[in-house]
Amino acid sequence: MGIVTPGFQGRPRSAEPALPPGQYLTEDFPVLSAGPTPKVPLDTWEFVITTETGEEVRWSWAEFTALPQETPTVDIHCVTRWSKRQTDWQGVSLDVLLDGVDTEATYALAHSYGGYTTNLPLADLRGGRAWVAHRYSGRDLPPEHGGPARLLVPHLYFWKSAKWVRGIRLKTMDEPGFWETAGYHDYGDPWREQRYAGD
Amino acid sequence: MSAALTWRVARLVERRVETPTAQTLVLDAPGWPGHLPGQHLDVRLTAEDGYQAARSYSLAAPAEGDRIALTVQRVPDGEVSPYLIDVYAPGDPVEVRGPVGGWFVWRPEQDTPVLLAAGGSGVVPLMAMVRARRAAGSRAPFRLLYSVRTPDDVFYAEELRRRARDDEGLDIAYVYTRRAPQGWDGEPHRVGPADVTATGWPPENQPLCYVCGPTGFVESVADLLVGLGHQPARVRTERFGPTG
Ligand SMILES: Cc1cc2nc3c(=O)[nH]c(=O)nc-3n(C[C@H](O)[C@H](O)[C@H](O)COP(=O)(O)OP(=O)(O)OC[C@H]3O[C@@H](n4cnc5c(N)ncnc54)[C@H](O)[C@@H]3O)c2cc1C
Repeated sequence: MGIVTPGFQGRPRSAEPALPPGQYLTEDFPVLSAGPTPKVPLDTWEFVITTETGEEVRWSWAEFTALPQETPTVDIHCVTRWSKRQTDWQGVSLDVLLDGVDTEATYALAHSYGGYTTNLPLADLRGGRAWVAHRYSGRDLPPEHGGPARLLVPHLYFWKSAKWVRGIRLKTMDEPGFWETAGYHDYGDPWREQRYAGD
Repeated sequence: MSAALTWRVARLVERRVETPTAQTLVLDAPGWPGHLPGQHLDVRLTAEDGYQAARSYSLAAPAEGDRIALTVQRVPDGEVSPYLIDVYAPGDPVEVRGPVGGWFVWRPEQDTPVLLAAGGSGVVPLMAMVRARRAAGSRAPFRLLYSVRTPDDVFYAEELRRRARDDEGLDIAYVYTRRAPQGWDGEPHRVGPADVTATGWPPENQPLCYVCGPTGFVESVADLLVGLGHQPARVRTERFGPTG
């Protein structure tokens, strides 16, 4: 327990299922990003997986949206402490996208239109735990939430779910991304409260 | 940054009323490691029963030794901000952790022109930049475009008046969204292209633009800047609030 701050009681708390430590629930959908919102036209949009040997697999918007779709309903947790329950998405599982990609890599660096990057262990993108999502709550994903398509990796803090995702580079060595170089945790597990470097 | 950030105990030493709904809290935070203007910290409150709540607040000024300043705007129905404004008393402890954020920062050695665009409480980290500029004797040309609802909602009003007069190379323009003061040229409105063109720098000057405020404000001003030809990579944003 921390130092008690006199007179602070906090909000009445209910006995609902636990959130990760330090998180509170929000009903709206806050926006957090480092710069202006890129507007990416669908006719030039593409998603590219680049392997450690430089091989590329690419999808145009039409090819990508024709892939098998999933509709995950997940809780999401932002490092700025809001959590949102039961968010509805539609997208393509990374298992589908990585299927048949020949790689020995153990890390992935997601990169975005607008220049944003974030790193993850490749294993965290597999096993039905990660998607490239393009619809939210039954609608096309709005640009401020990362549309046309964003990564969705709900078991990590939400900055790992790169907005405006453009591709993934597979790597044999870990390379920190944008927020990770700016003092945020390399992995970002909300349940272990890995907010900042060294947590 | 690789060392773990630790929680440290800070105590309220001074409180200044900025507006009817916002106050500056000066805290004594022994061992505070210093920070760059634009960075924020996390404040954590613990109740008698062990319950904790933490929120982020921008650092409003460069540190003076162990003294740090935050400016908190009351969010009606909020859990933390009304407590900090109404209940939190001199000498009371809170825990703080920081500084955090390595992108939305201005470094005093930068001499490129700067546009600061603030919506409401978004002025807080930008004020830290204005104050740090003066403290460092920087000559980087600064322009602050500050959007508020009414003249009564201006944070740091006295100091901004003084700095606009005394800090060479600092220009300040206000936009009022609901009620303008007498003698202000124009009708209340939201920041539009004309305001950004009049107050900001042309893209050719390659200014660094820092935009901070509620999400809607940040979205629209950042879009305006990009639309006017500023490189997206030179437009840095910080969003304080939720979307509607
Ligand atoms: C990097 C960063 C820096 C920040 N710096 C500052 C600062 O310098 N000064 C400052 O006053 N705040 C700042 N904030 C916002 C601050 O962290 C809190 O969100 C704010 O004080 C509200 O907390 P609360 O506990 O009172 O309200 P909560 O109990 O969290 O929220 C109550 C209700 O208000 C809504 N709400 C939450 N935050 C806001 C908001 N900012 N505006 C409008 N509605 C809101 C919530 O969605 C909810 O419906 C910053 C946020 C971030 C992420």
